[in-house]
Amino acid sequence: MRHTAMNFFKAMFSLAALLGALATMSFPAAAADGASMIEQGKAVAYDRKKGNCLACHAMDDGTLPGNIGPPLIAMKARFPDKAKLRAQIWDATVANPNSIMIPFGRVKALSEEEIDMIVEYIYTL
Amino acid sequence: MKKLLTATLVVGMFAGFTLPAAQATPSKDLTEFRDYFKKRFPKTPYNDYINGVYSIDAASREQWEEIEEFPPYELNISKGETLFNTPFANGKGYADCFPNGGIGIAERYPFFDDASGKVITLESAVNACRQSNGEEPLGWQKGAIADISAYMHYTSRGNTINIQVPEDNAAAVAAYERGKNHFYAKRGQLNMACADCHVYYSGNKIRADLLSPALGHVTHFPVYRSKWGGMGTLHRRYGGCNKQVRAKPYKPQSDEYRTLEYFHTYMSNGLESNGPGARK
Ligand code: HEC
Ligand code: HEC
Repeated sequence: MRHTAMNFFKAMFSLAALLGALATMSFPAAAADGASMIEQGKAVAYDRKKGNCLACHAMDDGTLPGNIGPPLIAMKARFPDKAKLRAQIWDATVANPNSIMIPFGRVKALSEEEIDMIVEYIYTL
Repeated sequence: MKKLLTATLVVGMFAGFTLPAAQATPSKDLTEFRDYFKKRFPKTPYNDYINGVYSIDAASREQWEEIEEFPPYELNISKGETLFNTPFANGKGYADCFPNGGIGIAERYPFFDDASGKVITLESAVNACRQSNGEEPLGWQKGAIADISAYMHYTSRGNTINIQVPEDNAAAVAAYERGKNHFYAKRGQLNMACADCHVYYSGNKIRADLLSPALGHVTHFPVYRSKWGGMGTLHRRYGGCNKQVRAKPYKPQSDEYRTLEYFHTYMSNGLESNGPGARK
C-alpha cells in the first residue's frame, strides 16, 4: 500500500516536472514529441506482449516486478553512452552469451522504433 | 558461478560427442545437479524438493498446505480408479498390461525400451494398453488419461524414483542426451532455456511468479492446476512452458517430450513420488 502511494507521488512529481519543463521550452512542438516518445516508451516497456521489462526488472512505478535482472535506475549514470544502452536492449547476449534477457532487437520481439522509445524512456529513470 | 556452470555444461555437451568416456555421464550430471541446488537453497532439505516451488517459499507454502488438506484432485483420483478398473470390451483391463497389476509402479516411468528404441512414459503405456486391446487411444493432455495417471501415481506415493540410464546402452544414453539438450538449449522467439528459469534463476521472481527448482519438478505430476481448472499431464505443462517463450510446442508424447521427461525424471532420482499435486 505505502509503495503504491509513494509511486503515485513519484509519478505525479515527474509529471509535474515534465509539465514544468514543457512550459519553459521555447519549441513546444519538439518538446511535446520528446515527451510523447517517453510516454510511448513507457507503454511499450510495460506492455506484457511487448517489452514486459517488469517481468525481470524493478523500474519506475511498475507494480509486482520480477527480480531476475537489476533494478533499472540511474540509467544515465550507468550508461553514459546511450548507444551502449540501446545495444544492451537490442541484444543482451552480446555482453553475456548466456543471458536470460530477451535479445529484443535480434529476434524482432520489438521494432527498431519501439527500442528507441524504450531507450528514451529508461534514460529518464 | 552461474556462468561457470553453464560453460561447463555446454562444453561438456559438445565434448560429449567426441570424447564420450571422459565427459559428462548421466550419473555425473545427477551429482552436479543436486549439488547445484544444495548450494543455491542451503535451507531446503533434499526430500522437500518434491513440493516444487513451495519447497523454497515459506510464504505461499502455508496457503498450499491448506489446499492440500481438501485436495482439488481427489475427485480425479476416484474417477481414475473407476476408469482403471472398468474392463475393456474384450473383458481385459489395464491391470493386465502392467507389472503388479499397475499398482505402485508409476514411479518406474519413463524408461528406455530397447525393443522399440523409444522412451516409454506412463501415459504412453496406458494408451498402448488400450490399443493392444482394441480400444481407441485417449487424448494425451487432460481428461481420462490424466485421471488414470493421477490414480496410478497415487498408488505410488512414497515410492522412490529410480530411473535407469544404463551407461553402456548407447541408445538409452542418446535418448537421455536429447532430453538434456532440450532442457539446456535456448528456444523460442524469446530465446530462453528451461534451465534459465528452473536452474539459474530458480528462486527468483518472474513478475509475480516465483520460479521453481527443476529438482523435484516431476515427482508430483500429473497436476491439478487452478489455472487449467483440472488435471493435466507433464507434457501439457511442457507445452505451456514452451509457449511462454513463444516456441511452438511439440506434440505430447513426441520423441522430444518423451526424452525431455526421461532426462527430467532422472534428475529427480532418489526423491519420493508424491503425485498427483495441486498448483495454481
Ligand atoms: C527474462 C528476463 C529479462 C527481461 C524480460 C528483461 N531483462 Fe534486462 N536484464 C536481465 C538480466 C538477467 C540482466 C543482467 C545482465 C545479463 O545477465 O544479461 C539484465 C540487464 C539489463 C540492463 C543492464 C543493466 C545494467 O546496469 O547493467 C538493462 C539496461 C536492461 N536489462 C534493460 C531491459 C529492458 C529495457 C527490458 C524490456 C524491454 C528488459 N531489460 C527485459 C533480464 C531481463
Ligand atoms: C520464462 C520462464 C520459464 C521457462 C523458460 C520455462 N518455464 Fe517452466 N515454469 C515457469 C513458471 C513461471 C512456472 C510456474 C511456477 C513454478 O512452479 O515454477 C513454471 C512451471 C513449470 C513446471 C511445474 C512445476 C510444478 O511444481 O508443478 C514444470 C514441470 C516446468 N515449468 C518445466 C519446464 C520445462 C521442462 C521448461 C522448458 C521446456 C520450462 N519449464 C521452461 C517458467 C518458465
